[in-house]
Amino acid sequence: MFLNKIIGSEASLRTKIVSLVGILVLFAVPLFANLFNEPFLVDIASRILIYALVAISLDLILGYGGMVSFGHGAFLGLGAYVVGILTHHSYEGTAVVFLPGEWQGTTQAFIQWPLAMIFSGLLALIIGALSLRTSGVYFIMITLAFAQMLYFFMISIPTYGGEDGLNIWERSEIPLLDLYDAKSFYFTCLVLLLLCLWCCSRIVKSRFGMVLRGCRQNEVRMKALGYPVYRYKLMAFVLSGMIAGLAGALLANHTEFVGPGLMHWTGSGEIMIMVILGGMGSLIGPVLGSAALLLMEEVLAGWTEHWMIFLGPMLVLIVLFARKGLYGLLIGKGADNG
Amino acid sequence: MLTIELFFEQSLNGLQQGVMLFLMAAGLTLVFGIMHLINLAHGSLYMIGAYVAASVTQASDSFVLGILAALGAAGLTGMLLEFSALRRLYNRDHLDQVLATFGMILFFNELVKILWGPQALFLSTPELLSGTLEFIPGAPYPSYRLFIIGAGLIVALLLRHLIIHTRVGMLIRAGATHREMVGALGVNIDQLYTIVFGIGAMLAGLAGALAGPMLAVEVGMGEKILILTFVVIIIGGIGSVRGALVGALLVGMVDTYGRAFLPTIMRELLDPASADTVAASMSSVAIYVLMAVVLIWKPRGLFQAYGS
Repeated sequence: MFLNKIIGSEASLRTKIVSLVGILVLFAVPLFANLFNEPFLVDIASRILIYALVAISLDLILGYGGMVSFGHGAFLGLGAYVVGILTHHSYEGTAVVFLPGEWQGTTQAFIQWPLAMIFSGLLALIIGALSLRTSGVYFIMITLAFAQMLYFFMISIPTYGGEDGLNIWERSEIPLLDLYDAKSFYFTCLVLLLLCLWCCSRIVKSRFGMVLRGCRQNEVRMKALGYPVYRYKLMAFVLSGMIAGLAGALLANHTEFVGPGLMHWTGSGEIMIMVILGGMGSLIGPVLGSAALLLMEEVLAGWTEHWMIFLGPMLVLIVLFARKGLYGLLIGKGADNG
Repeated sequence: MLTIELFFEQSLNGLQQGVMLFLMAAGLTLVFGIMHLINLAHGSLYMIGAYVAASVTQASDSFVLGILAALGAAGLTGMLLEFSALRRLYNRDHLDQVLATFGMILFFNELVKILWGPQALFLSTPELLSGTLEFIPGAPYPSYRLFIIGAGLIVALLLRHLIIHTRVGMLIRAGATHREMVGALGVNIDQLYTIVFGIGAMLAGLAGALAGPMLAVEVGMGEKILILTFVVIIIGGIGSVRGALVGALLVGMVDTYGRAFLPTIMRELLDPASADTVAASMSSVAIYVLMAVVLIWKPRGLFQAYGS
């Protein structure tokens, strides 16, 4: 059964029920939207799925690898910019600036999205290779610094909108599918999310994943056991960057706009909040966290313009009293995946 | 053109920015070195200081009163935060601390927006300090900036005296190295922590109040300086006040020189239109490059703190 593959056949009954209900709800969203005549719902839900994807990618290194990356917005943003830039050139009929040759970009998703993943992965390789020399709070801050660098770098390129960002005039194209249709787009995101969940659950349980989790618990011991810890962590970092890049590609299509704001440190902070809010060290947690934060924003913003004045203290309370996040509340004692 | 006068002026600007950053970094690094707390809300205390100083100065027409009010408001807010929430986070993971204090940023930003409105406040420099001084003929320098440099250096000396020569300072140093032992000797650790936090908050408030007449007092001003402050304490070595001073001056200088001289240099190399934007982004990036280089060279910063 597919569900078993995602959460593992040895998971508790409660975990299975929660996951099954979650997946059913996700599939039913467009139905609900039709039922209550609220097409806007599909839009929010797509956003939740995309942010769930990037939250999972962060959780992979944060929850399982113990690497607190405070610059994950950089990978999300770069993925989005790759789509934005390729579309921009294909629309304008000009050559892509940073690549050799006279390639005029493309709107084909099967080229754009893998490229977004590759570029974000390369960025993660560079940032990770340098940052992983440090640890603890220094790691938090150096990843933050790299993301800020990229943020200012993107601001400084007027060709791609600078501070104002880049409008995306055409969404990516997939044969036989119309991504302008809200439901098609939603299901594309959903399929990619489930695929990613499946891959990540395989990774986490593999030998590679075990080494990674070992590093989080006791890095010195893993080194003593003879594992090349640095290489394992770097690999996980790159993988995480690639998934975030894919999420960025989807996000660019969703908002039809890409701006440097994605890379700003508050954006990275928000992704981190999703992971912790949902419960780190689990794969379902980040999905819950993404849904909770974005819905909370949506609901509070409907009440009052000053919704952050509620969200802020709520975060403090969650940290103080709900230590395992939403996933911990739902699953109970079995939530300790680490 | 690059002249001696310009260089001199920019050096003073760099020094002034470094001093401001030191006021922020000293508190942040003390709190981290002693309580092991990452406090993202430190920038909010700076913002509170700036807003309170601006309001009180406008209402009372006295810059001194404004600064005193800012010190009080920031210190009290800081101690209240410490007492109500942050002290529960000292033994937690850094991640929890980041999340909780991030929540506080959101809260304070919105609170300030409600209390003072979304528009930025502009504060004029106090009359006594609004003139210029001419050290080098042909290079007048605003006396308010000199005042900031002086005030910052005095605070640095006072802080040094406090940490090295007073009983509280001794306890602070002891608390950083052997907190259980200090507690076992009958020192009220909780109270000590609240005091340290209050000192840090007051320094942040002071920085905010001093920045008021030079910058726009606006929501989000705290985050801008917060990130710079983190860069400073990371470069200096977390927990080390001496490191904070060196880091602050380094960052202040690199940032100011970058902003002042990169456009001129870039205009020599590129066409004028793109030179300015490239220079602007390069100077914004310069301090992050500095930090990355320092960390790659010395993964724990330039100076070691007492505890580690």
